[in-house]
Amino acid sequence: MKYNLNNIKNKVIGDLVKKHPYLSSYFEDNNFDIEKKENLTLKEYFEKFTEEEIEDNAIDIELQFQQIADFLNQMSEFLGQNENKVEKITIFPGTDKFGNPENYQKLDIFQGEIISIVGPTGSGKSRLLGDIEWVAQKDTPTLRTILINDEIPDKKWRFSSSEKLVAQLSQNMNFVMDLSVYEFIELHAESRFVENKEIIIKKIIEKANELAGESFDDDTPITSLSGGQSRALMIADTAILSKSPIILIDEIENAGIDRKKALSLLLSEDKIVLLATHDPILALLGNKRIVIKNGAIEKIIETTEEERKILSTLEKMDRTLLAYRTKLRQGEKITKIENEEK
Amino acid sequence: MNLITFSGPPSSGKTSVILKTIKSLQKRGFKVAVVKFDCLYTDDDLIYKKAGIPVKKGLSGALCPDHYFISNIEEVTKWGVDNGFDILISESAGLCNRCSPYIKGIKAVCVIDNLSGINTPKKIGPMLKSADIVVITKGDIVSQAEREVFASRVNMVNPAAIIMNINGLTGQGSFELSSLLYEEKDNLNSLVGKELRFPMPSALCSYCLGETRIGENFQMGNIRKMELHNEDKK
Repeated sequence: MKYNLNNIKNKVIGDLVKKHPYLSSYFEDNNFDIEKKENLTLKEYFEKFTEEEIEDNAIDIELQFQQIADFLNQMSEFLGQNENKVEKITIFPGTDKFGNPENYQKLDIFQGEIISIVGPTGSGKSRLLGDIEWVAQKDTPTLRTILINDEIPDKKWRFSSSEKLVAQLSQNMNFVMDLSVYEFIELHAESRFVENKEIIIKKIIEKANELAGESFDDDTPITSLSGGQSRALMIADTAILSKSPIILIDEIENAGIDRKKALSLLLSEDKIVLLATHDPILALLGNKRIVIKNGAIEKIIETTEEERKILSTLEKMDRTLLAYRTKLRQGEKITKIENEEK
Repeated sequence: MNLITFSGPPSSGKTSVILKTIKSLQKRGFKVAVVKFDCLYTDDDLIYKKAGIPVKKGLSGALCPDHYFISNIEEVTKWGVDNGFDILISESAGLCNRCSPYIKGIKAVCVIDNLSGINTPKKIGPMLKSADIVVITKGDIVSQAEREVFASRVNMVNPAAIIMNINGLTGQGSFELSSLLYEEKDNLNSLVGKELRFPMPSALCSYCLGETRIGENFQMGNIRKMELHNEDKK
């Protein structure tokens, strides 16, 4: 049933909360105390406020009815839909900075693919991402068109706060909350209204520890996590809790995190991964890479066999470097590390 | 002309968001002007001037900033209409979290930032709760999880609003915001007869009138006392 301004007023609070448990967080976040008032209808509840209370707390009763109705409708839509899966996005060409048409036919990106995006600063990487996020329909400066599963996408991708198309993991992210790892993930889980949150929180922390070089506990304060640990936690959290089907990774530094494992965790959760990076090890992990120049997609390069071979050489060099790092960290003297290859 | 009201806590990024958004509006050929309301001091008008945007500034000084806003906005609107602007943006800081300068039928945008803490949406009154569009800034400095939690808290106190993330430094997201601002049907010539979305708090006591002395004898008018009970002695 759809709620509206009129049919919501005479609903009994207790009944509503029983039917829609998340409504209690609405009351809490709006500073309305409903304890021992569950037997009242919404109308009766708000009528109990004195004029003074209404003025002091800046309550707009009509707006409240409307907002509660909006909120309940939104939530039942959000919870009711079977995950509408994004299996494929297609980017049709627009123009570059100077208005010249882009030089490619169309670009299909499938679930489970890693796509690297390369190009100098200011070349238009952010705009491309912006186009995807806004599911552009020739209505952005590049005039690109984005389709999802071969269809013109629902407007909800633009406006819904709970369903964003793209989640972003950036290099320089900080935690500004003073919480433990567990509390932090719990907060995120609650905001997404997930069921069996304990299991999910456990899984996230476990996965994060698999990615991080040094392990951490449930009750480690997030602000004292190392760079690698926080990246690991954020990647595990985004992979498992975020609803966004596309993850943009803006460089992941090598230190303290297993990047290959991180990518495969994201892919195992059916994400599309976009990697904005100039790190050859990361960029070559992609199935394709998009070269951006002057605001346009200039080239789309499939990763070649030769590149994959070079990638494994690079990975070997990377491991050697890491091994020296570990030695340093453990307080050892630096001696030549034997190449494990014969 | 379209009038659009922007408000938000101090330093949340209103000016940066507006500047970047105006750039996109100008590209579409709109003539845009700004009126900046503040309390004691602002040099944001210089920033707008530097960007070649016509700007007026109003400082409320000793008056309540939102009362000052509402008693000037009609004249400001007239100024905008007389000068032939397509869009006039009013920018004001929400200084006490209780007020909001929003007018019925006039698009209202609230700018708040991720760094302000996840309980902030709960603390801000009608300025956030009755906005049409909520812009969240400084997302580049916090983690994805915090962005999601913050946006969901905003959604909880204002389910009907369009919530957008904008980076005030790079302007990412401002093009998208600009595409939501101007509407032909919102054109107006005057504000006379329009109403505030939410009444401003009543305050008229001796201190409003310049009293400085402390003590019950000097308090007159609309006075309210805290309830203070003695601590239990155990």
